[in-house]
Amino acid sequence: MTKPKVAFFDFACCEGCQLQVANLGEALLDILEVIDVVEFREVMSEKWPQSFDIAIIEGSITTSHAVERIKEIRARSKVLIAYGSCATIGGVNGMKNNYELKDIREYVYKDKAEFFDTIPTRAVHQVVNVDYSVNGCPIYPPEFIRILKAALAGLPYHVPDNSVCVECKLNENICLFERGISCAGPITRSGCNSWCVNNGNICYGCRGMVSNPNENGFKAVLEKYDITVDMIMNKMNMYNKCREIK
Amino acid sequence: MGKNIKVNVEYLTRVEGHGNIVVNVNDGVLEECKLEIVESPRFFEGMLRGRSIFEAQHVTSRICGICACGHSLASIQAAEDAIGFKPSDQTIRLRKLLLHMENLDSHLLHIYLLVAPDLLGVKSFVPLIDSHNKVVRRALRMKKTCNDVCDILAGRHIHPISSIVGGWTKLPDEKALDAMLAYLNGMIPDMNATIELAAGLKFPELQRDTEYVALVSDDGEYPLLMGDVGSTDGVRMNKKDYKKITNEFVVPHSSAKHTKLSRESYAVGALARFNVNYSKLRKEAKDIAAAVGMKPKVTNPYLNTVAQLIECAESLYDAIDIVKHFKEKGVDHSEAVVVGLNEQKRILVKAGSGVGAVEVPRGLLFHHYEVDDKGIIVNANCIIPTGQNCNNIEHDMKKLVPEILDKSEAEITLALEMLVRAYDPCISCSAHFLDVKFVR
Ligand code: SF4
Ligand code: SF4
Ligand code: SF4
Repeated sequence: MTKPKVAFFDFACCEGCQLQVANLGEALLDILEVIDVVEFREVMSEKWPQSFDIAIIEGSITTSHAVERIKEIRARSKVLIAYGSCATIGGVNGMKNNYELKDIREYVYKDKAEFFDTIPTRAVHQVVNVDYSVNGCPIYPPEFIRILKAALAGLPYHVPDNSVCVECKLNENICLFERGISCAGPITRSGCNSWCVNNGNICYGCRGMVSNPNENGFKAVLEKYDITVDMIMNKMNMYNKCREIK
Repeated sequence: MGKNIKVNVEYLTRVEGHGNIVVNVNDGVLEECKLEIVESPRFFEGMLRGRSIFEAQHVTSRICGICACGHSLASIQAAEDAIGFKPSDQTIRLRKLLLHMENLDSHLLHIYLLVAPDLLGVKSFVPLIDSHNKVVRRALRMKKTCNDVCDILAGRHIHPISSIVGGWTKLPDEKALDAMLAYLNGMIPDMNATIELAAGLKFPELQRDTEYVALVSDDGEYPLLMGDVGSTDGVRMNKKDYKKITNEFVVPHSSAKHTKLSRESYAVGALARFNVNYSKLRKEAKDIAAAVGMKPKVTNPYLNTVAQLIECAESLYDAIDIVKHFKEKGVDHSEAVVVGLNEQKRILVKAGSGVGAVEVPRGLLFHHYEVDDKGIIVNANCIIPTGQNCNNIEHDMKKLVPEILDKSEAEITLALEMLVRAYDPCISCSAHFLDVKFVR
């Protein structure tokens, strides 16, 4: 049996999610036993002109050239995985959509602004069909392995749709709201094992919003602790601005 | 008739981000020689406006996955400088430990996975899995160790969690210190093997004297996190004057914004730090330099990779010393900060302007923020190492190409690719690149 051909492609992002792969250590070699990585620009010079069994896409779509490129990759791929929050929800690149494109372009690039092709940031699924999503900024490696296994076996993977609070409670953290600090955990998808809260920070919602946030209940919590919806939405918008694109 | 050569490498591989090399030799005369950066612009400086300085490092670490800790530390430094907050000695030591782990991790990635394939004549590290299995395993093992130490210290390496403006939300307890020390000590045999391997590698020859720029300080430490900015041409300035150091300028014929200081270009990075601060290196690092015959000033840019190797030893052994320091003196857990300092009004915020200057793996990184009286960023500017090196790389290419014109196009292309890769350019953090020519 030939090994499935897998390729990594990066769009606008920090490439941290692909680095998470290198950070698996020697376990990476076990994965490479069962797949054949045919293209991975950051660490390989090889190129693969044919079709892929699995294309793993990192980054958001932010230029018209990128729109063409992702469509072309989709056409050559049996399975497409959106990998990391830049790809699944637009991630930090979405913050750009808070501003008029013309303004932000001129602010950063001054009179050279016209050299920079830019369109509102989109998540990958807002441009092409996506088969699997690996959330997180960066991705949480154990979850990635689970999803990769599912993709290789052709099985579905359901992204958890309950909140980070569920994991946070299991980890016995003291809820930040109790300490008078706002946290985006209640409206954010779990799957990261409440990574940030375990390390003394708040959840910023990097894994995207749960599909059915209990908004009223959440608002009641905010009111109880005298925290404004604006304040929490401003935090949420660090990663989730792209959800406003229809 | 002279030779015609056209090199056009699109999507330079095995570098962070996207770059193109364009070289045009017409009738034996070098007409064009460019490193183009085609990364999609990400507008980080624009996105920082309106954000609180207490959130800024979460945003800026996302500029680059490899330098996540470096960006976050520069960001924190700029924010603290802007409001006049002085971090404690303990905080600074732990930040330095984090920076050491990132520099070590990044250098290892570069040496093993990105440069070694060139020197061993293969296209990537993938064929090495079969031909040099032990070496690949060692590389991955060492990388993972750096990562594991960062996990303990900051929650994770890529986008550190517990290092924030004001200090650390989580401080290592006795168990964490022991675990970090065990990881670091465990790396020593692998480090020795790395030194042996890298010392045997042959690098291409190219000599071009340039100005080397790095942090300098008056204490005994090899400066990475604190200090003024200095150069091998005798410059010394306060980091607040970073604009006088970088002197960004637009090149009329290429629309490229480059930097220069005392001469046509300057270099930052491991080799620059080695040339500027050699005397402050630890013995373990100096021993490697002696073994490979490197003494400042080294003017072959390909040897940046060897300077990285020397810095690997510097970072590993200094990291061990930092952990040992805390094992002896203890960690003051009362210093742990609770996140949301601003919400709790625990840190005094005032309007101001601040600069962070940090030696990240690829060289000197500047962040500059202007903040209002609520700690909201009104203006932000980042100058990244690769941006500063671009001009220098082009000057190197211009020196190199005429020297190797008798070689085949394939050989010239490889020599140029290797030159660019030697600088370990992180084009993906092109927060501030003007070096783009979409107009063809
Ligand atoms: S999701 Fe985050 S870590 Fe991953 S590539 Fe995007 S910015 Fe980097
Ligand atoms: S700290 Fe955040 S994630 Fe944890 S329970 Fe409270 S709101 Fe939820
Ligand atoms: S705790 Fe929140 S911000 Fe942190 S990794 Fe999990 S989802 Fe992302």
